[in-house]
Amino acid sequence: MIDKTFQSFEAAVADIADGATILIGGFGNAGMPTELIDALITHSARDLTIVNNNAGNADAGLAALLKTKRVRKILCSFPRQTDSWVFDGLYRAGEIELELVPQGNLACRIEAAGAGLGAIFTPTGYGTLLAKGKETRRINGRDYVLEMPIHGDYAFIRAERGDRWGNLVYRKAARNFGPIMARAANCTIAQVREIVPLGALDPEVIVTPGIFVQRVVQARKERP
Amino acid sequence: MKRRSRDEIAARVARDIPEGTYVNLGIGLPTLIGNHLPKDRDIFLHSENGILGLGPAPAKGAEDEDLINAGKQPVTLLTGGAYFHHGDSFAMMRGGHLDICVLGAFQVSAEGDLANWHTGEPDAIPAVGGAMDLAIGARQVFIMMEHVTKAGEPKIVARCTYPLTAMHCVDRIYTDLAVIDVTDRGLKVVEMVDGMQLDELQRLTGAPLALKGER
Repeated sequence: MIDKTFQSFEAAVADIADGATILIGGFGNAGMPTELIDALITHSARDLTIVNNNAGNADAGLAALLKTKRVRKILCSFPRQTDSWVFDGLYRAGEIELELVPQGNLACRIEAAGAGLGAIFTPTGYGTLLAKGKETRRINGRDYVLEMPIHGDYAFIRAERGDRWGNLVYRKAARNFGPIMARAANCTIAQVREIVPLGALDPEVIVTPGIFVQRVVQARKERP
Repeated sequence: MKRRSRDEIAARVARDIPEGTYVNLGIGLPTLIGNHLPKDRDIFLHSENGILGLGPAPAKGAEDEDLINAGKQPVTLLTGGAYFHHGDSFAMMRGGHLDICVLGAFQVSAEGDLANWHTGEPDAIPAVGGAMDLAIGARQVFIMMEHVTKAGEPKIVARCTYPLTAMHCVDRIYTDLAVIDVTDRGLKVVEMVDGMQLDELQRLTGAPLALKGER
C-alpha cells in the first residue's frame, strides 16, 4: 500500500542536504507553506537556494528562514515590499545573492523544468537589464530571450486537501505557484489543511495528480 | 486650466474599457480604475496571482487571506470568476489573451518604451513582479500617470533614462493633463483638459506632440 503521508513536518524535511534548491509556493502569505518552512528552520541545512515570488514578509515564515543566514541565494520577482526588512538588510549587507526574475519568466522557467524542456525562448524582458548577456533570437518577427529551467531538489507547497497518493486540491488564490512547482522538483512536499481518504477527492477536479507529489503532511493547527 | 485628479484620470481610463474585455489593472494608481467601471458592463478583471473575475474589496471582517490581489490586498471573486495557477495566469498575458493592461510609469518614450520598475539607483532594491510580462503580453498597454514628476520634469520623454520594462509596448497614455496615443508617426494628442493648449502641453512633454488627425 502506498502512503505518502508523513506524521511530522520535521520528518518530511529531514533528508534535505546542504546546498539544496527549494522551490517554495505562495504569493505573499496566500499559499505559503509556513509549517514546512518552520521545520526547515529547525533543520540544520545551509547554503540553500530558495525560489519564491517574494523574499519574505515581516519576521515569520520565509523571512525567518532568511534571518538564519542559511540561504545563499534567492530567485524571486518581487523582493522589495513594505515589510521585507529582513531581506533588505541581508541584501544591502551583501549576505544574500539575488536573481531577479520577471514573474512570468519565473513561472515558465519552473514549468519548463517540470515539463522536461531544455530551455525556453520568452519575449518577456527582451531589451531590458534582466536580459543582459543572455542569448536572444528573432522568431517570426518577434524578439525572444533564452531562459533556463528552474529545477528544485525539493518543492514546498500548500494545498487545501490531499490524499495518501498525493492528489491535491487548492483553495482560492492560494493555488498560485503550487501546481507548477510540484512538477519541477525531485521531491515535492505538500502541507495540506486536511488529509482525506482515497476517493474523497473528485477525480474531475484534482488539480495536482499524485505523480507530482512525494510527501503529504497535515497542518498541525488543523489537527483534532 | 483644470487638472484631472487621480480619480478623474481613473474614470477617464474606465470609459475606454469596453464590455467583454479581459483587463489587468496594475498595482498602485491603476487599481483606482476598478471603482469607475460601470456595473452594467461585464468586464473581466485579471490578477497575476491566478484570478479572473476580481471583485471589489470585502467588507471589514470578511477578508480571506487566500483571496488577495497582486498588490496583496484582500479582494472578492465575482459570480462566474475562476482561479488558476501561475503558469496559466502568465500564459494569459504572454499568449496575447489579455485585451488591456493599465500600468503606472516612471517614464514613457515617444516610441512607446516603458520604464516603471527600477530607478536604477545603486542602493535601490529592484523588484519587477509581473510588469515586464504585462507590458509585452497584453494586446493594448495603457499608461496612467501624472504628466510630470513632483519636481516638474516631463515623464513623457524622447528616450527613457530609467531602466526599461519593455520596448515599443505602450499604446495610450492617460495623464492629469491629456490623453495621448503612441503611434508609428509619433505622439498624438487625443484630448486635453479644459483650458490646456497644445503649446503649453508641449512645454511639459519631452518629445514632440501633434494633435490627433494632424501630421
